[in-house]
Amino acid sequence: MHKRVTFDDKLLPYMLLAPQLFVTVAFFIWPSGQAIWQSLIIEDAFGGNTRFVWLANFERLLTDSAYWHSARITIFFSLMVTLIGLALALLLAVMADRTLRGATAYKTFLVWPYAVAPAVAGVLFGFLFNPRVGILAYWLDRIGVDWNHQLDGNQAMWLVIFAACWNQISYNFIFFLAGLQSIPKSLIEAAAIDGAGPGRRFWTIMFPLLSPTGFFLLVVNVIYAFFGTFGVIDALTKGGPGADTNILVFKVVNDGFRGSDFGGSAAQSVILMIIVMTLTVVQFRFIERRVHY
Amino acid sequence: MIENRPWLTFFAHVVLILGVIVIAFPVWMTFVASTHDADTMLRSPVPLLPGGQIIDNYRVVLTEGFAQASRTPLWKVLFNSLVMALGICIGKIAISIIAAYAIVYFRFPFRMTAFWLIFMTLMLPVEVRVVPTYKVVADFNMLNSYSGLIVPLIASATATFLFRQFFLSVPEELTEAARVDGAGPVRFFRDILLPMSRTSIAALFVIQFIYGWNQYLWPLLITTKEEFYTVVMTVSRQANVSDGVPQWNLIMTVGMLAMLPPVLVVIFMQRQFVRGLVDTEK
Repeated sequence: MHKRVTFDDKLLPYMLLAPQLFVTVAFFIWPSGQAIWQSLIIEDAFGGNTRFVWLANFERLLTDSAYWHSARITIFFSLMVTLIGLALALLLAVMADRTLRGATAYKTFLVWPYAVAPAVAGVLFGFLFNPRVGILAYWLDRIGVDWNHQLDGNQAMWLVIFAACWNQISYNFIFFLAGLQSIPKSLIEAAAIDGAGPGRRFWTIMFPLLSPTGFFLLVVNVIYAFFGTFGVIDALTKGGPGADTNILVFKVVNDGFRGSDFGGSAAQSVILMIIVMTLTVVQFRFIERRVHY
Repeated sequence: MIENRPWLTFFAHVVLILGVIVIAFPVWMTFVASTHDADTMLRSPVPLLPGGQIIDNYRVVLTEGFAQASRTPLWKVLFNSLVMALGICIGKIAISIIAAYAIVYFRFPFRMTAFWLIFMTLMLPVEVRVVPTYKVVADFNMLNSYSGLIVPLIASATATFLFRQFFLSVPEELTEAARVDGAGPVRFFRDILLPMSRTSIAALFVIQFIYGWNQYLWPLLITTKEEFYTVVMTVSRQANVSDGVPQWNLIMTVGMLAMLPPVLVVIFMQRQFVRGLVDTEK
């Protein structure tokens, strides 16, 4: 954890840590503590009386059908973003890895969507699929698909999935390509000499050796789909039409600032905190294990 | 190449080229839209090739602004984004590198507590604590200010971990030698550790610049005055105006300008970018 040779100043380390700790406590720990506290009380509209109600806010939330609707679509959304994003990125990485010299050139063309803000990605896709002027909406119309994501909840859901995948694919690609390029060539050559074709080599050697990377990406992508996609939703659908793309992270922000139900929105925050903590711990557990390979 | 299978290599190129086209298409259309006049962009189907309005559109957007949602000339908005991105980026690197130095090179009570407090920030994204965080920022009087845009976002567990990881890999002999030569902790940090961290700093710089530039919810929350708007929130606001006819050519010009700086950083600093990405997640 630390060096054998250390300095023995008494005050200096605290001074070095102070700025980071101040920001952490003031803007992360304290507000989160507030959210937890808020989730356990009921405050009347004028902020006068507060009453400690234990888990009543959570009970109310978990019997609310709108909340369960949001939870269900969040799961569908995250699943699709993760699966489609990982599958496409893996395909591209395997192909790029195959074209030896081309790999670097293709990489340049495939990595930059990472630099586009989720909200901007949302705007781009909103423009492409705009029912009035969007070129893709126009083409879909030509082949008989009546596209209007502003009215059709199902189409809106797929649109936010596409935009979120587009935004995340370069990240997955970089990790998969790095994973593939770290597989010893001798292993693959040995398999080739034994007569295994490219498909067989992929499934029996490369895929299992990539699985640590894959698992890591799985967790990161779920975290992204759960928490990183606020901008995509806000720029594209604002949770609509109706509540058809109102995923949990959008709902919590929206309810927090619009509604006067502080207890309920704080309870939502706490549930999301528990989810992100679990995912982060899984991610780190896994990384620590990977380091000892 | 392990074996020669021309058709398979050909297939790989086809898949990759298709992938590149699909991935580049939204940006190509954004660029095309930013080169036409407003009327062309309202007639479906919109053109697939650039037009001749490019200089006009960029000039209008950058120097005059336009009526939808914001009349601020975009150069001011871009300046805000740049200040925010650089502020977050430099702030994160600065406070993380000294925090990591304290954790690795000193032994003191509550060292682990500090480490875990910093680690916690990973688990608390702004979305899950919006309302109370907003209150804290309001109490500090930081709404509508650069410090409000920057300071609350500069705590960074990933940067602290990266530097910690790097410091742990620095040979002990170096520290011993420095101490024998009479260098104190500050001197050792400044003259030896800091220059050695150059590559880590460059890698982090790229990642954190993109992170800062692309912030959306945070500036949305704490700015109500146009003079502090950032470009990412501006383009989203403009694309979502409900009244009037959207001027897609200008909106997409703003979109281009919102994407350009971080994309250029990634393309020109690709090596540092990939390194930063892979390293910060380790």
